[in-house]
Amino acid sequence: MSTSTSLSETGPLTSFVMTDTDRKLILATQAGLPLVANPWAELGKQLQMDADDVLARFQAMQQAGVIRRVAAVPDHYRLGYRYNGMTVWDVHDDHIAELGAAVGELPFVSHCYRRPRHLPYWSFNLFAMVHGTTREEVESKATQIRAVLGDACLQHTILYSSAILKKTGLRLRK
Amino acid sequence: MNQVEKALVNRLQHGLPLVHYPYAAIASELGLSEQQVLEGIKKLLAEGVLTRFGPMFHAGELGGGLTLAAMRIPEADFEKVTGQVNNFPEVAHNYRREHDLNMWFVLATETQSAITDTICAIENVTGYPVYNMPKEQEFHVHLHFPV
Repeated sequence: MSTSTSLSETGPLTSFVMTDTDRKLILATQAGLPLVANPWAELGKQLQMDADDVLARFQAMQQAGVIRRVAAVPDHYRLGYRYNGMTVWDVHDDHIAELGAAVGELPFVSHCYRRPRHLPYWSFNLFAMVHGTTREEVESKATQIRAVLGDACLQHTILYSSAILKKTGLRLRK
Repeated sequence: MNQVEKALVNRLQHGLPLVHYPYAAIASELGLSEQQVLEGIKKLLAEGVLTRFGPMFHAGELGGGLTLAAMRIPEADFEKVTGQVNNFPEVAHNYRREHDLNMWFVLATETQSAITDTICAIENVTGYPVYNMPKEQEFHVHLHFPV
């Protein structure tokens, strides 16, 4: 998802230390980058900073991975990708590392994660996001994932999204 | 969408160069004017083709928390609970899905401990349990929708 999505998860703390200035820059841009010729100068005006310093902090944050990229987040429905299938798989724990990597390498898989089961209710531990313009397209991609997983997969299902209820990305509390 | 808009959607999903005049840089790459790029982005945002244009922050790298969570909400309560859940700024994305677990959202928080706090708060406000499914291993992330 997305970002979305765009949003991706990571583990524990890394070496990057967010400064107060970084936090202000995030707050000023989390809803969007100014749409003017020099957005850094515009942000500098708002925060009483030099445009060069603003740009330098964005470069540093992107370098550190705090910003993945400064980019457009589309509504995939509006682009014709109407079928957003979260395929979920119950994969034998002994094989999930190598099989997860193999599924992640399939060109049509946009996100692929291992997540915890919630037994007995939820037994799926591998999530692979697949998009398509038809349900058949998503199902044919799921069949290809099934082939990669082979006997190590006991069961699977596809959860189609029927509505985007919210899609804002990260928002710090002010 | 016209050809200019399609070109913008395709190019802008990949990220802006971090230079003083980034829209001019994109314009020269695509053979457009800076004005066409700026007006094009504004139009795509206004029409809802783009939900956002800006930095994509990585909550985990900020030292914060990020997780995927799911809930099972009876139809009669779905709209009310959607409002309650979306009201949390920590809810970055929320999707309805065709399954018994019918609400799936991503939580992005400034600190890792805020994940548990937010999940408790959502359970308290809505009265329904939240299934927390944090990433245990990431195999691949690359989202791009060519048009």
